Amino acid sequence: MHPAFSVVFLTTLIGAGQGLFLALFTVESYAAFGLLPAQTNSFYAIGSAIAMILLVLGLLASFFHLGHPERAWRTATKWRTSWLSREVIVLPAFMGTVFLYGVAHWFSINPVLAELPSGASVNITAVLGTLGTVLAFALYICTAMIYACLRFLREWHTPLTVINYILLGGASGFTLAAALAATEAPDVMPLLASWALIITALGLIGRAATLIRNARLKPKSTLQTAIGIKHPRIVQKAQGMMGGAFNTREFFHGQSVALLRSLKWAFLLTTFVIPLGLLSLGLSQAAGGTLLLAFVVQYLGLLAERWFFFAQANHPQNLYYQSVA
Amino acid sequence: MTQLALVIDLNVCVGCHACVTNCKEWNTSGEAGPMVDQNPYGKDPTGTFFNRVQTFEVGVFPNTETIHFPKSCLHCEDPPCVPVCPTGASYKRKEDGIVLVDYDKCVGCKYCSWACPYGARELDEQQKVMKKCTLCVDRIYDTTMTAEERRPACVRACPTSARLFGDIHDPDSEVSKAIRESGGYPLMPEWGTNPANHYLPRRKTKLRIREDELERADNPLKIDSQLPKPGKAEPSLDDVTSW
Amino acid sequence: MTQQSVQEVKNTTCYMCACRCGIRVHLRDGEVRYIDGNPDHPLNKGVICAKGSSGIMKQYSPARLTQPLRRKAGAERGAGEFEPISWEETFTILTERLGKIRATDPKKFALFTGRDQMQALTGMFARQFGTPNYAAHGGFCSVNMAAGMIYTIGGSFWEFGGPDLDRAKLFVMIGTAEDHHSNPMKMALAKFKRDGGRFVSINPVRTGYSAIADEWVPIRPGTDGAFLLAVIHEIIQKGLYDREFLVQYSNAGELVNCNETSDEFGMFLRTEVPAEEACYDPQDKLWWDRKTNKAVVTHAEGADPFLLGEFKMKDGTPVKPSFQLLYERVKDYSPEWAEGVTGIPADTIRRLAYEMGVTARDQRIELPISWTDSWGKEHDTITGNPVAFHAMRGLAAHSNGFQSIRALAILMSLLGTIDRPGGFRHKVPFPRPIPPCARPPNHPNAVQPNKPLDGMALGWPADPDDLFVDADGGPVRIDKGFSWEYPLSVHGLMHNAITNAWRGDPYKIDTLLIFMANMAWNSTMNAVEVRKMLNDKDENGEYKIPFIVVADAFQSEMTAFADLILPDTTYLERHDVMSLLDRPISEFDGPVDSVRIPVLPPTGQCKPFQEVLIELGSRLKLPAFTTKDGQRKYRDYPDFIVNYETEPGSGIGFLAGWRGKGGEKSLRGEPNPNQWEMYAKNNCVFHYELPKSYQYMRNWNQGYLEWSQRNRITRYAEPILINIYSEVLMRFRQAAQGKGFSRKPPAHLAKRVETFFDPLPFYYDTLEAQASDKQKYPLAAITQRPMAMYHSWDSQNAWLRQIHAYNLLYVNAHTARVNGIEDGDWIWVESQWGKVKCIAKHSEAVEPGTVWTWNAIGKAAGAWGLTPDANESQQGFLLNHLISEELPACERGVDRRVSNSDPITGQAAWYDVRVRIYKVGAGETAVTEPQFPPLKPYPGQVERKSVWNYFAGKGAKK
Repeated sequence: MHPAFSVVFLTTLIGAGQGLFLALFTVESYAAFGLLPAQTNSFYAIGSAIAMILLVLGLLASFFHLGHPERAWRTATKWRTSWLSREVIVLPAFMGTVFLYGVAHWFSINPVLAELPSGASVNITAVLGTLGTVLAFALYICTAMIYACLRFLREWHTPLTVINYILLGGASGFTLAAALAATEAPDVMPLLASWALIITALGLIGRAATLIRNARLKPKSTLQTAIGIKHPRIVQKAQGMMGGAFNTREFFHGQSVALLRSLKWAFLLTTFVIPLGLLSLGLSQAAGGTLLLAFVVQYLGLLAERWFFFAQANHPQNLYYQSVA
Repeated sequence: MTQLALVIDLNVCVGCHACVTNCKEWNTSGEAGPMVDQNPYGKDPTGTFFNRVQTFEVGVFPNTETIHFPKSCLHCEDPPCVPVCPTGASYKRKEDGIVLVDYDKCVGCKYCSWACPYGARELDEQQKVMKKCTLCVDRIYDTTMTAEERRPACVRACPTSARLFGDIHDPDSEVSKAIRESGGYPLMPEWGTNPANHYLPRRKTKLRIREDELERADNPLKIDSQLPKPGKAEPSLDDVTSW
Repeated sequence: MTQQSVQEVKNTTCYMCACRCGIRVHLRDGEVRYIDGNPDHPLNKGVICAKGSSGIMKQYSPARLTQPLRRKAGAERGAGEFEPISWEETFTILTERLGKIRATDPKKFALFTGRDQMQALTGMFARQFGTPNYAAHGGFCSVNMAAGMIYTIGGSFWEFGGPDLDRAKLFVMIGTAEDHHSNPMKMALAKFKRDGGRFVSINPVRTGYSAIADEWVPIRPGTDGAFLLAVIHEIIQKGLYDREFLVQYSNAGELVNCNETSDEFGMFLRTEVPAEEACYDPQDKLWWDRKTNKAVVTHAEGADPFLLGEFKMKDGTPVKPSFQLLYERVKDYSPEWAEGVTGIPADTIRRLAYEMGVTARDQRIELPISWTDSWGKEHDTITGNPVAFHAMRGLAAHSNGFQSIRALAILMSLLGTIDRPGGFRHKVPFPRPIPPCARPPNHPNAVQPNKPLDGMALGWPADPDDLFVDADGGPVRIDKGFSWEYPLSVHGLMHNAITNAWRGDPYKIDTLLIFMANMAWNSTMNAVEVRKMLNDKDENGEYKIPFIVVADAFQSEMTAFADLILPDTTYLERHDVMSLLDRPISEFDGPVDSVRIPVLPPTGQCKPFQEVLIELGSRLKLPAFTTKDGQRKYRDYPDFIVNYETEPGSGIGFLAGWRGKGGEKSLRGEPNPNQWEMYAKNNCVFHYELPKSYQYMRNWNQGYLEWSQRNRITRYAEPILINIYSEVLMRFRQAAQGKGFSRKPPAHLAKRVETFFDPLPFYYDTLEAQASDKQKYPLAAITQRPMAMYHSWDSQNAWLRQIHAYNLLYVNAHTARVNGIEDGDWIWVESQWGKVKCIAKHSEAVEPGTVWTWNAIGKAAGAWGLTPDANESQQGFLLNHLISEELPACERGVDRRVSNSDPITGQAAWYDVRVRIYKVGAGETAVTEPQFPPLKPYPGQVERKSVWNYFAGKGAKK
């Protein structure tokens, strides 16, 4: 596939935004159960605001993907069948929740709604946080399923796609949260940085598993099934047009195998290996700058990872577009 | 239930591209139009077409087959492009099985094209909506046309009548018979998309000549090899030998 | 969307190629909305091809010329610098210049046209003007196919006749360019295959039609003659020929004088027969009768000739039947021999010969149609031997093409397939006598100031006295047509006109008028040099070709070299006739002619070239265009078409339908003032269906021949016997041998004429191959014609050029690898004449000793309304740069050149060129070479759109 930058940015930005929100609410949950000291509202509010910025930027990027952004509202109508439609519904719902969560914290509007038998109080941010968490996971699933549901894009058609979207979004979000905590809530920084390390490490496992799986994939469609002729040697001579078409622009990344290979190692390093090192360093030295650097490197790595994610997907339609003459 | 479809006979397709440009000319000024052409007179001209003819070589010289292979939307019975559409712009008609795009609803997200294993959909880079073969839905029900004209443009144009059009759910239709009797097959059956369009394979006519057919009783050489008898008076050994 | 828009449908005839299908043009608010095939048209029955379907993009192309243009003072030819002028000024310039030429030496005006579909008019204009220097594109197209077949069976392929695939069981297609008889061939092929026919294609390349063949037989280019002679060898050896057919309907049994010392050596023996009135080919030859064992007049009652053997006439003259001579000729042309020449395994050749012979013999058709032959014998049935052939440029465009095609025609005759069901069938006005009656002038005096040419510019020589030469045997035509160099050049040699005119050999001319032929590019050999010649000046600074006028609809490479450009209309903007006087669209069952009627007004100041000729003819007061009192005779072209008669009161005009005052007559009749309207009402086509009994065996069908004579389609109604043995050719050989009373060739050409004018087909290596180092240039390079492009025409077409934006050189994958060439590599292709840089494409569908490319896709930068960086000029290439228009003459040490053509017909030998291929050096650019300075658009060309959303009519959606 030809990686569209709109989608690369959309998925990485909202993934990080979702992760950041999950990190915030993790802290709040720990605090609610008294496992951590309570944090200032401003930490949550600033965190939510950053998450919102990421989500809005992601949303904005998504509009560049549409031929007719003015009709974007229509995309919510087919939620029964379309993961894309579902994403379109869940994303604003999640954004609304994050927004309210942030507002509730900023203005300290946090009445207790109920008291749990354990004595823990259920206040509005807890409700919003829980809802947000559900929506964040739903959004991960929706986003990932957009790709994972396409059964003939076999590089994507695996549960690993969903797992990776969750892990990679989560990793970048927690890394960012750790960097934020270094200045806004230093006592939770170690927890967040540790989680970031764990999720990044899991992300590495998940992504590596996908790479290994995909390397072993044998194409299910062949030129033989594509044109229905049984012969071991079939070569396309002419694809029917010489100046290219949508089919040659949308489904081919147009880069060399060598570039793809180097990009693979580059994103493995930048998304996982370097951030793991920086996170460890930042954690041990409580260095906010290092943690921020970890996020920046990891996010850049994710851009490369996402580009690779698209580029590696080999669409069966490409069988029909092999030769210009 | 009706399922309209094309059946494409690779046995007679000579790769002339008549279906390609006739489709373009009908549809660019029709319901699906305009269909953009970019750089029409410059480097790398490109445009929206619903139908392309491709060429494949099968085998190694001298046992080579050259296959001309027209491809347009296959109007799958289980079209993977339809459920993924977030707006419902991409839909399959119940009454005749044609897979269509409602250009007023399409947001141009291209997701349907990703979901089509056949590359049958093309985004019109100018109108920014997804386009594809409509089976000339703006012809086949137009009662101002004669019955002969109420067929897709590509089918009417095809000089080798390599394109048949009809209802593959009607077992008595021309297309059903062709599929049944001439080995019609779908493309990429492995995906279970049940393409409505089918392809008919190459068929070979061979001639076997038996040894005894080569020479027959009425072989003209029997006449022509009988040269005139020499005249009795012509010189012969009889004239000069006596032992 | 367009509910209020005005829709109309108008019938006319397509002109996106030479096929001439009936089309219906749908207009919305005056713009072309759709063009589809006319279901009621006999030629295409509703279908249409890729080109026909793209007519809209031709109509609105930015390459269109829209006003008369004059080369700017001081600008070089080829630079494309023009200024607009008015038509009045244009006609004034032309009338003055041409008037002067006509009053002094009419041959200084030369008119050459491309595939113009109006050769009857252009030829008539030239003749009326008085110049012999007229020809259309036939000489560089497929004249060998026309001449080789017509000199043998009195008809040929395409407009002249074709394979009857409706009833054939075996169809053999040899060397067929895919634009030749495009839609009817496709329709027939599909039907033939569906009916279970067996289709064999013999071609170096497997594309298009060959792709769907049941068997592809790859052959080395230029060796078809060897294959065909080997097949004939097998057919005769196995006795698979149709003896009865040969005896009755060919000259197979006719006795040939075999006395080598006689002046009559090689000629038929003749006897005195009662003189018939106006007889063309008296039936005065002899057979050796089996029953009486003596010579008798052919077709004598009860006689049956020997086909083999050697006999002595009473006077001691040794004689042999033609068939015996053929038998001797092919004796050594065994399949094993042919294998070495053609690359086709001997077993395959043998098997194909058997398939042909056995199918013809055992699957015989008897149609219950009674007919009477020329000898008065009545037959209850028509017999058919269902083996059909089709061949075209692949055989024709070689310097041995004429003899190869003679071999094909003889093979078809041996199988008994001529004008019979399932075989080859003629189309009216064919068959014609062998050769047809029209003769070129035979003396320089035929050209006189202010007088029409005394004879047809193009005709059919029957013996050396018909050649158009001067007292020294030198050529009179600028292209040396009908000279001893190319005696049977029945379509002229357009491909040498420019070189000859530039060199002044045989003489200099003043004005060259080119109509729709791209002589500075794909229609010329040696394009690089010819472009220089067009721009070359003598020592006085005057152009060697002083004045060049080009009439064309598009900004082409050729128009750039014009001094004056006459903008032609498109086919949708004019009247035209596909006339029986020209090359009509007749069907097997009878004559068909058709018309174009404008569906749109002319764009800008475009003027149909027909109107230009009528106007010029009137202004120059050429007799046919002027009344007795010197007034203009015809208002315009439609008026001319209706009222012109070949002779006053002849009743024969350009159109055969709806003649007579009220349109009640067919073929002959007085002019009908409403003829155009009647064509318009009848799908623009007139189809006269012959009675069934006149539809077959027409060479010898008394009823048909008399019908044809009565309708003045032919002058004679005699049987047209197939020329297995060609006495016409022998007459030229005889002259070259210094025998007989006719003219003799100049000494330096005697050997050439003697060698090639063999009365029986023979195989020789092409002249180019003979003059090439085959070790150095091991590959043959040829072109194929893509079905979605018509020659150079369609690069200006926004839809078609997306299909063929540039061309690559197809190389057999094995051959390529041996040469270190990978798929997609840039390579040089080099012949002994030049080299071209292009992209190589591996293919398994090409014979290993052949490379090929699509014809005429490559363009000069900026031509055809394209941007200078368009793929056509940057990646596309022209094979013509590798082909010389001339070859060194055979004699050593003599600075003399002959055309790179068939020595009999002057057919351009496009496919003879030998090449080698090698990878470009490191650092060489990925751009085709040679390159030429880019052309700029001319005044009046519309702006090129960079994005086009074509939608016809006012209701255009955004």
